[in-house]
Parts: sequence; C-alpha cells; structure tokens
Amino acid sequence: MAQHTRKGAKEQALTANRLIDGVVVYLTADGKLSESLQDAEVAEGKEAAEALLTRATPFVDANEIIEPYLFAVELEDGRIRAVSVRETIRQAGPTVRLDLGKQAELADVHG
Amino acid sequence: MKLIKNGKFVEQDFVAVGADDALPDGAVIVPLERWEAERDSLITRNTPIGVKLESGQHPERIREDLDHFSVVALDFPIYRNGRAYSYARLLRDRYGYEGEVRAVGNVLQDQFYFMVRCGFDALEVQDKITPEVFEQSVGAFTYAYQPAADDRPTVMSLRHRLAARADEARAAAD
Amino acid sequence: MYRYDEFDHSLVKERVEQFRGQVARRLDGDITEDEFKPIRLMNGLYLQLHAYMLRVAVPYGTLSSKQLRKLADIARKYDRGYGHFTTRQNLQYNWPALKDVPAILDELASVEMHCIQTSGNCIRNVTSDQYAGAAKDEVEDPRIISEVIRQWSTFHPEFSFLPRKFKIAVSGTEADRAAIKVHDIGIQIVTNDKGEVGYQVYVGGGLGRTPMIGKKIGDFVPKADLLAYLEAVMRVYNMNGRRDNLYKSRIKILVHEIGAEEMQRQVEEEFAEIRKTGALNLPQDEIDRIKAYFADPAFEDLSDDAAELDAAIAADKGFAHWVKNNTAAHKKPGYAIVNISLKPIGGTPGDCSADQMDAVAALAEKYSFDELRVTHEQNLTLAHVRKADLKAVYDALKAADLATANVNLITDQIACPGLDYCNLANARSIPIAQEISNRFADIERQHDIGELKINTSGCINACGHHHVGHIGILGVDKKGVEYYQVTLGGSADENTAIGDILGPAFTEQEIPDAIEKIVKIYLDTRQDGERFIDTYRRVGIQPFKENVYEAH
Repeated sequence: MAQHTRKGAKEQALTANRLIDGVVVYLTADGKLSESLQDAEVAEGKEAAEALLTRATPFVDANEIIEPYLFAVELEDGRIRAVSVRETIRQAGPTVRLDLGKQAELADVHG
Repeated sequence: MKLIKNGKFVEQDFVAVGADDALPDGAVIVPLERWEAERDSLITRNTPIGVKLESGQHPERIREDLDHFSVVALDFPIYRNGRAYSYARLLRDRYGYEGEVRAVGNVLQDQFYFMVRCGFDALEVQDKITPEVFEQSVGAFTYAYQPAADDRPTVMSLRHRLAARADEARAAAD
Repeated sequence: MYRYDEFDHSLVKERVEQFRGQVARRLDGDITEDEFKPIRLMNGLYLQLHAYMLRVAVPYGTLSSKQLRKLADIARKYDRGYGHFTTRQNLQYNWPALKDVPAILDELASVEMHCIQTSGNCIRNVTSDQYAGAAKDEVEDPRIISEVIRQWSTFHPEFSFLPRKFKIAVSGTEADRAAIKVHDIGIQIVTNDKGEVGYQVYVGGGLGRTPMIGKKIGDFVPKADLLAYLEAVMRVYNMNGRRDNLYKSRIKILVHEIGAEEMQRQVEEEFAEIRKTGALNLPQDEIDRIKAYFADPAFEDLSDDAAELDAAIAADKGFAHWVKNNTAAHKKPGYAIVNISLKPIGGTPGDCSADQMDAVAALAEKYSFDELRVTHEQNLTLAHVRKADLKAVYDALKAADLATANVNLITDQIACPGLDYCNLANARSIPIAQEISNRFADIERQHDIGELKINTSGCINACGHHHVGHIGILGVDKKGVEYYQVTLGGSADENTAIGDILGPAFTEQEIPDAIEKIVKIYLDTRQDGERFIDTYRRVGIQPFKENVYEAH
C-alpha cells in the first residue's frame, strides 16, 4: 500500500473507515470519531503515536471502525494538513468529480 | 476441535501423530514422510491407519497404498490455499478411494460446501461450529452447475430432465 | 441475450440470502473483520480509500436495457448518481454503504445480475468481444461458450481458492477486441479443415507486475470437450501454481517457470483423464439451448444504399466525425455497430451518470434490439443499429453528452480509478488522462494523429492495461510524490505486444508535454497510412528516447 505511515514522522493522526458505510474517520482528543481531519488528535513522537493507536482498539472491538492506522500530518497556520497525496485524498475526497461529495465541500484542500 | 463425519458430529477416533512422536495404541494418522519411512512396520500394527498430506504433497505418492488407509487427511494450512480440493477430487474421481477423506487445518464454515462437493466426508472444525451452522453452510445452494465428486445432479442434467418431461407431456396431449 | 431459468434464479437468490446473513453477522459483531473480509471480497465488495466499492458482474459485457436502467436506479438510490465501467466489462459503484449492499444485491437479482466472483482468487467474470453477433468475420458468437463457462465456473467447488484470481476471455473473430492473449486463458474460436468449430486455447497471459503474452497450448479443442479441457488447465494450475508469493502466483508464472511445452503436456495428460469420465462432456443439445438465446434478432432486409445517411454526413461535420470514428461495419446490410464513447474531453474514462445510463438504455431499446455491450476499453456499444437511424442515435447521444467522436483516437484512453479512489494505487490515473484529453481536445488534430491508444494505471497491478497501450503510463510513488513512467509500443489486439520503457519517469506536470513530444516524433516520422503503432514497430524506441528527453 502506498504512501502510508512514514517512518520517523514527527506528528501523526489516526484514521480508519467506519464499518457501516466505509466513511473515513479520525480519532479525536476527546475519544470520539470525527469525519473532519481538523478534529483529529495529533500525536507528537513515537510514544504518543503508539498510545493513539492503542486508543483505536475499543472502536475496533465495538465494530465501529475497521483498518485503523497512523499517518503523518503537519500543522500549518493552526490547521492540520496530511503530508501524503493519499491521505489528502482520503481527507478531502477524489481530485475529480469536484461537483459532489466532500471534494466539493473541501475544495480548498486540493488547491 | 470437533469432527464432523457425513454430516454428524462424532468423537475423535484417530490420533494424529507427528514425525517423531511415539506411536500410541489404536488408530493413528501419520504424516506422509513417516508412512514412506515406516510403511512395513505400520502395516503390521494391524490397527486402522490414516495418512496426512500437506499442501504440496500430491496424492499420487499414496496411490498404490490407498488400500491400507482408513483415512486420508488433507491439510489446509490456510483457508485460501485450495490445493487440497483438487487432491480430494483425484482421490475420489480418479483413484476410486472410498475411505474417509478428512479436511484438517484452517477449515472454515464458508468452505464446508465446497469441501463436501469435492469429496471430503469428514471435516475437523472449530469448536464454535454447531450442527445448525454446518447444515446452513453445506446447504447454501440447492443446485450446482458443475459435476464434482458428490452425486448431485448438475443443473444441466436437471434441465434435460425437465425438457424430457415437457416433451412427454406434449406427446401425451397429442 | 441469455435469460435466467429457475435454476439460475435460485442460485443467485440463495447467494443474496447468504450474504445478507453474513452482513448481519458482521454488523452485529458476531464475526470479526478478519473473518468477514474474505467473505465480502468473494462478493465483489472492497474497502477503498473513501468507502466501500461494489463490483457488479456484466457477463461477457452484455446488458439489456432493463438491466442498465436498474444500474442507473441503484446509482441514484444507493450511490452518488454514477457508476464506473471497467476494463473487465464490469460496473463499479464507488460509494455504497455496507448496510445497503444486501438490498442492492436484491435489486440486481431482480434483473438477473449479481456480484458473484467479481473478486477473490476464483474464476472471474468471463469477458468477450463487444461486437459479438454483429462482426462480419465471426466464426461463432463468443457469448454462447462464454455463458457455458460462466455457469461451469460459478461456485466451482474445486476452483474457488486458486493461487490467485483467474480471468478468461473469448474471441470469435480473428481481429481480437477482447485482448485474449493477456488473459490467464484466452479462447479463440476457430474452424478446422473439416469445417468443424472448436477452440484454440492460450494460457499464461497477463499484465500486472510481470506482463506476459499467452502461449497457445490447445490447437483445436473440440466443442464437446471445452469444459473438460478448461477443468484440466485449472486443476494443473490449482495443484502446481505458486502459493508462497503473491506476485508469483498467477498462472503466467507457472507457465513461464515450467515452460509452455511442459504445461501443455500436463494439461493434455489431465485432459485425457477427465475426458474419459465423460462427466464434463458438453452435449450438443445444451450448446443449442444456450445458442438459441443468442440467435440473431429480427434483422430487416435492408440495402446498404445510404443516400440519406450520406446527405446527413455532408450536412453535419460533427456527425461526419462521429460516423467515421464511432461506428463499425455490421454483418447485415443496412446496419452498423455504434460505439458510445465514455471518454468526453476532460472527463473520467468509464464513468457514466445515471441519466446517461437511462439515455443509453432508451436508445438500445428503440434502436438496437433492447441490448448493449460494455467494452474492455471502457466504452459502450450498440451492436445492431440501422444505418437509417444513425442520425437519430447521434442526436440523442449528443443531448446526453455521449457523442464524443473519439473512439480509438488519442483521447479514447483507458484509465484505472487510481489514487483518487483505489486503496492499492500509488498515484492518480484519472487526472493524467484528463490532462492529456484536454491537451488533445481538438477533434481535427485527433483525426490527423489517427489511432493511438493511451492506457494509464495508478500502480503496478495494471488495471489500466498500461503495458498494452500504444503509449502506456504507469503511476509510481517516489517518497510521497507521484511520478509517471512511460512505455511505448504495447498492443492488446491480435498482434499483442508489451510496451518498452521509454526512460526516466515524468512528474504529473511534465506528462502532457512528454506525450506531445512523442506524438510529434510520430507525426514527423510516419509514412503514408501508418498508425502510431506501425511507425513504432518500424523505427523502434530509439528516436523517441533521443528526442523526448532533450532540453527545450
């Protein structure tokens, strides 16, 4: 799988897909799931990232999410930005069919 | 592990032994290599004997010895590895083996139907499998398109029967 | 077209019920994702980047109007108003929810459709020629034997857990529109010197990481024996194909490792044994029964005289381009084959909106005996249109934004969904195709360039068939940045060839210019009447290598 976790990335967030409909979600600081990357908890350093990953387990066990993993993010002007093209596309939808879905709502992300 | 034979849950009747295990009294299932190495002494034991083939051990290797076996156990190292389906069909369709063909290893409920169709009459399954689950899995489909090692009529033959019956009815009406 | 009888209906319905139970068990938490994943994959349900993706089988690419309307309904009701036609002649929905899939399968079953064996390591949907039953030089309609194979391979108990997926394609004409030599098994329908119809069998073709061209191992398999022969190939593969390495588990690697002759020997040996039992003998009356479904529709006796058509062509340049490019000769006088391009300029190759599906369904109903085809090049085909109706069909297509006159031209590109949708992709494919399409939008220029097929894949799995594009583009990931490697000289027709790598990869921004240079070199080098591929075969890669990379 391409453009997943970058080893040694300083800041990471946790993403997964929701079981019932496959929608991309992020784990938030208050232990909830959000569809917006801006709500994601950002873990700095290896230990915090591992702790974040562990916090996904109850959601997996409760059959709420599938395939959780960490990915690299950066903070830019107070906004969370995915580092890879892949995660940017997961966040903001395909870079095509810009008339619908979240790619229409988050048009600024793809630039 | 539970053992299902011809659709019935039964007690384990054979002891599966490894390459170097001491042989217990009674019926055993031995690895192919052990059979090949200890063939003569195993035959003189005069107890029911089975052989286990790993994926990659072609049943041709036991073809001449089949009369000695009460069981041929075919291993599924992982459910995705489907070699043993072909092995079972060779044992049944080509070698005419009528003893037990047992599925062992990663034997999952969604595969029961395929296994039974390929000639497995015994399945070693996970403890959570109940008779209901087994029935549901094996009975998933009423009809089968292709011939296999079971005696199900194919859809093609059923169609011909229907057509023949329709012809007869027409002839009778004339 | 084939119609289900009670047996076909029963199997599909039972499959839907089985899957409904499995989904319920998963949503209730009775089974884990690890247990559920192989189950959903057996039913064409993938998890992609944004959502689940459901792949619907379109057997040998044939659809009725009613089926296409149902696909449109489902797109509106359960998805986002569009679907994506693939190089496997299937249709993919990009946004279904897991909870809705059993209901979608019910709807599909109501029009004799399903998602069975559209993924997993089993025998996949059989593909064929979109001109079946309409082509002039056809030995026999390839859909007949394709349907026989569909039934034989459905829930085949021995071959549902093969080393890897398995694709079979059938062609009934010498001109190969089904890319049979890049399939695990390619079947060419032929006639022998006694005038009997039988099959040439190729094995071990395929794209992906290690592209290979299929080797002919069966010269003439008699009709009655085809299933026995196929079962022999499958059994040899199932027992001997590699299972230790995902990338070496396709039959092409087995054929490559043991050699075509040894493969042939093993298959012949197995075939002789299976044949002896007679169990898979295909009786003539069963062939006839299925053949009847594919009998010619009620063609009218027409003349090929087309004064009216000629007048319409003369009067409308757009129509003239469309007739020239998007229609093909039909076996019956007064009829034509109509290709509907799903490659609008700047659009997504293979995407089709629900409204467009309805529009095409209406045209098929009115003008083409109620059926249509999906092509492996991600277009649609109306196989039997009266020449007198071409203008009306064109006008209706134009109203639905479906009259792009570019079939087989540079903007008629194949592209996989790529990183915009796909979980396996390394790079995006669709935007690359769109940029090239926009660059070459001028139809006069496209005509001047002539036949040129550009195929783009977003990863090495090659769903976009880049190896066999005249120009192939493969997206790769270099440290999180997309790059594109270009190959030249590939071809998927009866002269199948794997493309040669041009040189270092390009960035997304560089690609349109690189394509432009390649085209210019071709135009400067071509001799009279040469297509791009002909010129390439004559001059080789060197002139392209030398000129594409030179500094401005």
